[in-house]
Amino acid sequence: MIRFENVTKRFPDGTEALKDISLVLPTHELTAIIGPSGCGKTTLMKMINKLEKPTDGSIYIDEKPINGMDEVQLRRSIGYVIQRIGLFPHMTISDNVALVPKLLEWPKARKEERVRELLQLVGLDPEIYMDRYPLELSGGQQQRVGVVRALAGDPNIVLMDEPFSALDPISREQLQDELRNLQQTINKTIVFVTHDMDEALKIADSIIVMRDGQVEQTGTPQQLIDDPANEFVRNFIGVERINQKRTFGEKRLVEFLDLFTRDWAGDAENISADSTIEAAFNQLDNSNQDYLAIVEDGKVVAYANDRDLLKAALVKESGVLV
Amino acid sequence: MRNFFDTLVNRQDMIISALLEHIYLSFVAVAIGIAIALPLGIVITRYRRYAEPIIGVTAVFQTIPSLALFGFLVPILGIGSPTALIALIIYALLPILRNTYAGIVGVDGSTIEAGRGMGMTRTQILRQIELPLALPFIMAGIRTATVLTVGIATLATFVGAGGLGDIIYRGLQSYNNALVLAGALPVALLAIGFDQILKWIEKRATPKGLKT
Repeated sequence: MIRFENVTKRFPDGTEALKDISLVLPTHELTAIIGPSGCGKTTLMKMINKLEKPTDGSIYIDEKPINGMDEVQLRRSIGYVIQRIGLFPHMTISDNVALVPKLLEWPKARKEERVRELLQLVGLDPEIYMDRYPLELSGGQQQRVGVVRALAGDPNIVLMDEPFSALDPISREQLQDELRNLQQTINKTIVFVTHDMDEALKIADSIIVMRDGQVEQTGTPQQLIDDPANEFVRNFIGVERINQKRTFGEKRLVEFLDLFTRDWAGDAENISADSTIEAAFNQLDNSNQDYLAIVEDGKVVAYANDRDLLKAALVKESGVLV
Repeated sequence: MRNFFDTLVNRQDMIISALLEHIYLSFVAVAIGIAIALPLGIVITRYRRYAEPIIGVTAVFQTIPSLALFGFLVPILGIGSPTALIALIIYALLPILRNTYAGIVGVDGSTIEAGRGMGMTRTQILRQIELPLALPFIMAGIRTATVLTVGIATLATFVGAGGLGDIIYRGLQSYNNALVLAGALPVALLAIGFDQILKWIEKRATPKGLKT
């Protein structure tokens, strides 16, 4: 578990990159930190391996403060994947991957075994790739190496700083999927900085949305979609995405009675007020009637046609309370 | 032409000893130049504020006409090889210093940050990342310095340090063009030869991954 306690980062000119942040990043989860550029997300992440130091506040890893820890030792115990690939061009793939084990002075045989194991983990045949140089690999392959290099020392924590942002869309999707699958196997505490909401929603167990050095919301992807904390988060996720990803499942008709028609003399099919909007849509689609009669406690309390249902769905999107 | 070959044969002892002196002067000057400029170049990448002024000083030295510099040093240091060496070292500094600095500064920042983030110490970053990646630049600087030094070393004769300049000067004084050529040609060949050897070393030293 990584815990931030009242962390503030102030630059000499007085601007605050991070404002009094307290957070907990749970163990064995992939937490994405997301926000527009300049929001402090990278600074926040780099504090975990002391590449940045807080002006005020402390950071704890498994309840041990990192203040007193030797930064070189700390960094060797934390995996780090950098934004632009960051492989060393003058070292072979094998040397790149074995860098942290080498710093940790592992015996040669163990290093080599680890390299083979890791390359296989991301589908790169060790026989073919071990002795190649980074520039001989495609961007996607290079970043696969970048990811396993961070795992080489078997760290509990892995930091990833927009690792896939420089890749083409197809490789990016592939690597996101692979990371997701990889996480099932390795089960590390991963901190993943990104500015790409699709990426965060896809891979993260929980998401921290930041703006101007402050945390706007934390939650699972589903929580963010279902219940954005404010206008900023809603816009950042994007209404489009909310429409796509949101499951109509949970919200029930009873919450939207005010929007529906009270008087209707024509035929209507009965539906329970406890039904979800989605269920109502489906029922209306399959019925010969234009209206549904919404029944609460055995009485018809309102009528709704598909236009009313749509209105209810849209209200839910924009978050305007009825 | 005939005259030239006769001169070569007749004066071969003198030419060979001058050539050896010349090689000695150039080689020692470049070696000491490297020993000063390379560490200095590394140090100024750590204190970048001072980089421009220090490179600037060596650049000013470079603008002093070589003949004037030799003449200027004689009253202070007297005549002989040390005087010539100091002048040559001063000329060798700038290319090595500037290229070392530029080479290290030019190493991609993300590469260095990756090293830092993985827990490499500053010395490890310097030795395992910065120097190997800057090596092609540093070698190019050394090549430039070497060719320059071999040329300027012909002036060492004026401070009594010998070298192939002796032969050229003697030829000039006695209006013996063959003798001038017998001094000048080895200088040119020496410069080209050194350059080729260093080019070969540079190629060997360039990290493999950077060649593709």
